[in-house]
Amino acid sequence: MTESTQQKTAEKAENNCAAEKEKTDAYRLSRIRSGIAWGFAFLFALVQLVLTLTPFFFMLMNSFRKQFDMLQQGVFHLPDPWYFQNYVEVVTHGFFGFFMRSVYVVAVSLVLMLIISSFAAYPLARMKFKLNPYIYATIVAMMSVPMHVTLIPTFKLVTNVGLNDTLESLIGPYVAFALPMSVFILTAFMKTIPKEIEESAEIDGCNRYQNFFRMILPLSKSGLSTLAIYNGVAMWNEFAFANTFLISPENKTLPLALGQFKGEHSMNIPINMAVLTLSVLPMIILFIVFQDKLVKGMMAGAVKG
Amino acid sequence: MKTGSNMGQGKNLGLAQAKARSTARAATLFLFPALVLITIFIVYPVIDTFVISGYKWNGISAERVFIGMENWKTLIHDEMFWKSFHHNLIVMVFSILLQIPIGMLLATFLDAGGKKFNIFKIIWFLPYLMSSVAIAFLFVYALATNGGLVSSLATIIQGKRTTVDLLGTAPNALYTIIGVMAWQFTPFYMVYFIAGYGNIDTTIYEAAIIDGATRGQYLRYIAIPLLGPIFKTACTMSLIGSLKYFDMIWNMTQGGPAGSTELMATYMYKLSFQQFNMGYGSTVAAGMFILITAIALFFTKVFKVKEEY
Repeated sequence: MTESTQQKTAEKAENNCAAEKEKTDAYRLSRIRSGIAWGFAFLFALVQLVLTLTPFFFMLMNSFRKQFDMLQQGVFHLPDPWYFQNYVEVVTHGFFGFFMRSVYVVAVSLVLMLIISSFAAYPLARMKFKLNPYIYATIVAMMSVPMHVTLIPTFKLVTNVGLNDTLESLIGPYVAFALPMSVFILTAFMKTIPKEIEESAEIDGCNRYQNFFRMILPLSKSGLSTLAIYNGVAMWNEFAFANTFLISPENKTLPLALGQFKGEHSMNIPINMAVLTLSVLPMIILFIVFQDKLVKGMMAGAVKG
Repeated sequence: MKTGSNMGQGKNLGLAQAKARSTARAATLFLFPALVLITIFIVYPVIDTFVISGYKWNGISAERVFIGMENWKTLIHDEMFWKSFHHNLIVMVFSILLQIPIGMLLATFLDAGGKKFNIFKIIWFLPYLMSSVAIAFLFVYALATNGGLVSSLATIIQGKRTTVDLLGTAPNALYTIIGVMAWQFTPFYMVYFIAGYGNIDTTIYEAAIIDGATRGQYLRYIAIPLLGPIFKTACTMSLIGSLKYFDMIWNMTQGGPAGSTELMATYMYKLSFQQFNMGYGSTVAAGMFILITAIALFFTKVFKVKEEY
């Protein structure tokens, strides 16, 4: 009897030991496995980094070369000598005009779009009325209408009103096509603002309109700033409408500047690269400043998705 | 209290009605500008596209000849249109297969790494900041046979002058464009998935870790299933986006060589604004609208994407 119990306890101890060993083995194994996983992850990250940066590197390096240096030196060679005249040439040949026209169109369209979409989102998020779900669904459904389908009728409309070849002709379509997505995101955003804020304001004697301007609008600021970034980028880069509506070079926006410069210097690749660099630069700077807002606003929009 | 409420019932009803009326008035006022703009610039043009599709019209002269369904008959037998639709489908399939998985992997990497990986996020996002036009110009030069990146690389590897013509030959061009599109749009889906991960309650992660889950197990069994709806929405966006694709392809190949990269939108644009055949161009646009809507509806039904994507 005693022998068997002894044996049992010994066995038990052995088992325990084995279990312990197994546990540390499993632990070590999982450490190794996660190490390998991280190794692959970093490799993948590195590949993506190279793929992302190489075209930018190509653009930047060539923008500092003389016209014929590019073919002689090869693209993987640093510019020798560094040549800044391309940028001078681009800036002195109307680049600022293109730039300022884009700033004007984007600024006016963005301000209008933000005001109008927050106007529309407020009742959709906060008021109970019969048509609410239908109006909301209709606006959201507009998101999938392709811009290019509307190109011919809008061109016709703009020409009939006598606005063709003006910057103002772009504002209507830019605002309208930014609205569905913006109303969708802002409605989701405004729904997250606690109802009590409005109720207490109402008790303090605020009517709906005061409520909107004093409470809801200021509280939606972070949602609005994200919309400003996304739609700002889209409007800044918009091509199809601008290319169709704007005819004279002195009315063209920045995305068309690329074609304009290419038309004038078709063989001078470095000049074209300088134009490209200058046109992306403002976006990159804005992005680095506002990058946190970008993800946060996406989160507000993605909640519902 | 009781008598009071009984007495005030009629008055309350009147009050409720008055409130509903004032709500309706306020809602109308607030919604008015948005609805007007959407009507003028989205709804009306879509309808007008269908109207113009019944005419023979060059877009300039006042003379428009009503020809009924003639344009639509032409469209149904138009090989070029169906060929470009086929290209759109190829672009769609490969866009979904490339952009979304890569975007998700990148987001997963960033989510696992936290704040210290911010620099990766910034660099990976850069392509999305460039306009499609700028990307088109950049890649036309970067993929050129003379002094382009790929040809130069091939020359170095081969040790002798080698040219790789990615945009100038028929089957290559479309796949090259799909690659460039992936370069441009993957960052968008990356941010989208980062937002998705961010929306997962941190207590879920904490609970999983306390229960002994590893990071990998958490990802595989909790986070990725929770991303399901976001994943479907991303697919829908990519699908619609690739069916209406225009800007980059227009500036890169204009549909060439020999129509091998022609998409519905570029075909429509060519007909309308280069050949001034606005009647038929509108028919192509209307056909494009029908096809995109049908595919999007089919997709949302099959995958039960919530209405409000």
